[in-house]
Amino acid sequence: MDAIKATNLRKSFGPVTAVSDVSIAVPEGSIFGFLGPNGAGKTTTIRMLTGVLIPDAGSARIFGTDIQKDPLTAKLKMGVIPENGTVYSDLTAMQNILLTAKFYGLDPESRKARAEKILARLGLTGRKDDLVRTFSKGMRQRISIACAIVHSPPLLILDEPTTGLDVYSRRLVIDTIRHMNDEGSTILLTTHNIEEANTLCSKISIINAGKIVVTDSPEKLKKTFDTSRYVEIAFDQPVTAGLFIAPGITRAEPRGDKWLIYTDDPDRAVKYLASVAGREHLTIISIATSNPTLEEAFVRLTAGA
Amino acid sequence: MDWKIFIRSILVITEKNMRIYYFKGPVVIFGLLFPLIMFLTFFIGRDLDLILFFPGFLGMMLFFTASSVGPLITPWEKREKTYERLVSLPVILESIIIGDLLAGAIFGVAITTIVFILCAMLLHLPLASAGLLAVSFILGSITFAALGTLLASPTTDNPSNIMMLSSLVRLPLIFISGIFIPLGQLTGWMFVLTSLSPLTYLVDLFHAALNGDAIYPPWFDMLVLVAVTLIFIVCAKIIQNRNLVKGI
Repeated sequence: MDAIKATNLRKSFGPVTAVSDVSIAVPEGSIFGFLGPNGAGKTTTIRMLTGVLIPDAGSARIFGTDIQKDPLTAKLKMGVIPENGTVYSDLTAMQNILLTAKFYGLDPESRKARAEKILARLGLTGRKDDLVRTFSKGMRQRISIACAIVHSPPLLILDEPTTGLDVYSRRLVIDTIRHMNDEGSTILLTTHNIEEANTLCSKISIINAGKIVVTDSPEKLKKTFDTSRYVEIAFDQPVTAGLFIAPGITRAEPRGDKWLIYTDDPDRAVKYLASVAGREHLTIISIATSNPTLEEAFVRLTAGA
Repeated sequence: MDWKIFIRSILVITEKNMRIYYFKGPVVIFGLLFPLIMFLTFFIGRDLDLILFFPGFLGMMLFFTASSVGPLITPWEKREKTYERLVSLPVILESIIIGDLLAGAIFGVAITTIVFILCAMLLHLPLASAGLLAVSFILGSITFAALGTLLASPTTDNPSNIMMLSSLVRLPLIFISGIFIPLGQLTGWMFVLTSLSPLTYLVDLFHAALNGDAIYPPWFDMLVLVAVTLIFIVCAKIIQNRNLVKGI
């Protein structure tokens, strides 16, 4: 069963269509990335999936339960970290987590034990009795995550959870996402950070101008747009561009003391460069092939946004 | 709908509101000092019949305490960005509305009960029916807490906008409620005008409970308060649902 099955979601705000016929299926147990430029419709889609916004058309099911028809049951199955959503600053870290746990019906003993465990995991045990209003942004975000996972949700939805965080907080958040996934939670993650999506997600949807433009695994997406690879090479002596005229090499550009050799066949280019070095009595100081990037795919798919 | 989850969500929202918004030193102190100031304003230096005017004073107390904080909760939570998180929890709009209503009603009953007990001891007030008085406290608190919830519903994350609206609605309701001029002394269009304020019926109930005489029968006052409460709740639901459609 899909953890999330959204079908033809549509939402307009006045004359502006924010989301147009968005359909996504998030397989149970996966980490699913939802990428798109600013204003593409990511947050609007997430709000419809979490019952915060009523769609104009379409439906969303959480583990088979329609979020509009039976919101209480659907929401019990998920933990949500909204974009910019925060916790109550007039409560302590512990009080925030315990209050959230009550919404999910955890008994008092489980609430306390689970809260202690999560606070320890997120490095906040020492601050558990401090008011959240005294916390930094990173600490608030960690409390927000603690609240979202207090009931060990089968589905965790995170809307840009690492935006604006320092390296330490960001790492803790990512570790927690991985840990939740290892424990069986399905993760839906929106992010601007392409590298984050690349390393975390098993499947990605890219949304642009309110429409899903592609859904695939990061590796397949990268390969689809693997058209501009290059070899970076440095020799012990200066060389001219004429040296790199060969079949398969599209162009060569100097970059400081290195050359970028653009090719559609890196293997062939490397062999050619090695043979040239031998023939011209040049020593190769360094050589590296570029990998296709998800960023490349993202930029291509959302060009003009 | 799973009623167990629904009732739990109401109770947790009530607890959240009590803890974050009502059980604050300044709020409780204001809640207790406000009646004292109002009492002094109402009675000191004026040759008023205490028995005749006390039900009006009590009604005004309950009206203010039950409807004072409620209008600010939702706009405040929208501004603090906690509202979106709340809506994404296992709650529905009705949970939020009734949870907000219950918190306001509990606060209204608690403060007004303390004020009444103090006044009863100091002023030797008459009491015709303790049961009717208790029902009046509870029903009145629920009605005016529901008004507070309705006032919290318009789309805004600016509490000061709601405070303006709240004053604009609540003050006229007091002036046309027969607090300052007893209902029995009003005739013609003035009497008709007082019938438009739900506070009129609560004050009338207090008259029945304390003095044993009232203009309307108690069941009629109660019926009106219940009807008005339902109208406030339904209107709040419609407006807040529209907010969810518009994007909060």
